[in-house]
Amino acid sequence: MALATAEITTSNDFGPAVGLSCRECGTRYPLGPSFACIECFGPLEVAYTWSGPDFDGAAPVTREQIAAGPANIWRYRALLPVPADVAAKPNLAPGWTKLVKADNLARELGLRSLHVKDDSGNPTHSFKDRVVAIALEAARTFGFHTLSCSSTGNLAGAVTAAAARAGLDACVFIPADLEEPKIVMASVYGGRLVGIEGTYDEVNRFCSELIGDPLGDRWGFVNVNLRPYYAEGSKTLAYEIAEQLGWRIPDQIVIPVASGSQLTKIDKGFKELIKLGLVEDKPYKIFAAQAEGCSPVSAAFKAGREVVQPVKPRTIAKSLAIGNPADGPYVLDIARRTAGAVEDVTDAEIVDAVRLLARTEGIFAETAGGVTVGVLKKLTEKGLLDPEAETVVLNTGDGLKTLDAVASGARPTAVIRPSLDAFRTAVVENS
Amino acid sequence: MSVSVRIPTILRTYTDGAAEVTGEGATLRDVLQKLDADYPGIGARILDETGSIRRFVNVYVGEEDVRFVDGLDTPTPDGAQVSVIPAVAGG
Repeated sequence: MALATAEITTSNDFGPAVGLSCRECGTRYPLGPSFACIECFGPLEVAYTWSGPDFDGAAPVTREQIAAGPANIWRYRALLPVPADVAAKPNLAPGWTKLVKADNLARELGLRSLHVKDDSGNPTHSFKDRVVAIALEAARTFGFHTLSCSSTGNLAGAVTAAAARAGLDACVFIPADLEEPKIVMASVYGGRLVGIEGTYDEVNRFCSELIGDPLGDRWGFVNVNLRPYYAEGSKTLAYEIAEQLGWRIPDQIVIPVASGSQLTKIDKGFKELIKLGLVEDKPYKIFAAQAEGCSPVSAAFKAGREVVQPVKPRTIAKSLAIGNPADGPYVLDIARRTAGAVEDVTDAEIVDAVRLLARTEGIFAETAGGVTVGVLKKLTEKGLLDPEAETVVLNTGDGLKTLDAVASGARPTAVIRPSLDAFRTAVVENS
Repeated sequence: MSVSVRIPTILRTYTDGAAEVTGEGATLRDVLQKLDADYPGIGARILDETGSIRRFVNVYVGEEDVRFVDGLDTPTPDGAQVSVIPAVAGG
């Protein structure tokens, strides 16, 4: 795709990235704001100096250099499509979130070793800050003046916050019926928040059309025309998990699936660490988690199909409510290649799992975290997960974003007068 | 049936840069055949070797994703809007 003069970049702008490559047919493109292959419409991915078969095995960075870096995703800048000085530019510096050793939950589920990668600790309380940070840098490089996205909620807040910090305009698009906390969060940072009457898939379609229209000229849609760069941000989850485990890839990991982008990039991150010699080469299993009310990938996996049939979402896990997941086929490939699985849980199981994680580990997850923990439980009960293996489960967002899901039944144990007798009668003797 | 067809940026090299062109046909299949006759080569970008819509292409007639309707046999009534859009991930 021809690039406008303002969009031509130097290799230094994108660090170790050398171009874009179609994941389907391998056609190569220069680095630019492109996201779909002209030949086959396949998704474009960032290619690096180490991507090709000619790679000489010399890693661009050592474990020690990474460890000496900042306590955020920029410690991995040598493995990302960003310039060397990226950390010095105004950004939210997300990442390096806690990997919580979850012994109580492990005991409850009958697992030997379990960690929760808790991304609720990011600046806007979801993993989306990681991907937006990379997209923001690409937007700056391409000279875009407005940062935009189609969002199921978390991304909208991550984009408006990042734009505020960077001094860019923001205009983000969401389904109009999103959870109130996500609407508040997306709007508090300024910029324009536009509710679309429809599902996320309809919002996504609208944004794709807007990109091709003069109305969207010079706009950087983080998950559309900046998607190749944006998606790379999810690799940092893989890097962090491995580093926090002592430079070791876990035996098995449970990852939520909306579009499937995050899961495919965590797999890419693990493979890169192995290829660059930063971790030992070992097998690992990737399990994908969906909500039953939006489970097109799970349905395809269970039916043994290659094709993911789109669905109309109906689930409380709205951040995962993508009925037409573009990376769904790749999720199927990865689950099958790694001897993992794709599983789904009902809304009731999601709520139970949110409460289970909170009760056992003190982590209040949003509904997407309820999906992963619920699927972890279900896979264990079905015998699909090895209880002796080292397991990691992802919590991608904060429970405060989806309060409604667990609000019913969340009441004081008792309401009493401030007296010892009242306390004894109402609480102690009733326990 | 006369319809309008929205062309994504990456296919506008076939339509001399036009974002929207006029199409003709009673079904989506007819419309795409006529589109390829008017703009040679564009059909093979939307349909794969087996004649199916490519995996990473979403096609809409009006507001409906044709995969929820009748696929290539989806009717295209007079004045309908056909949109060809690359599938994108993200949330």
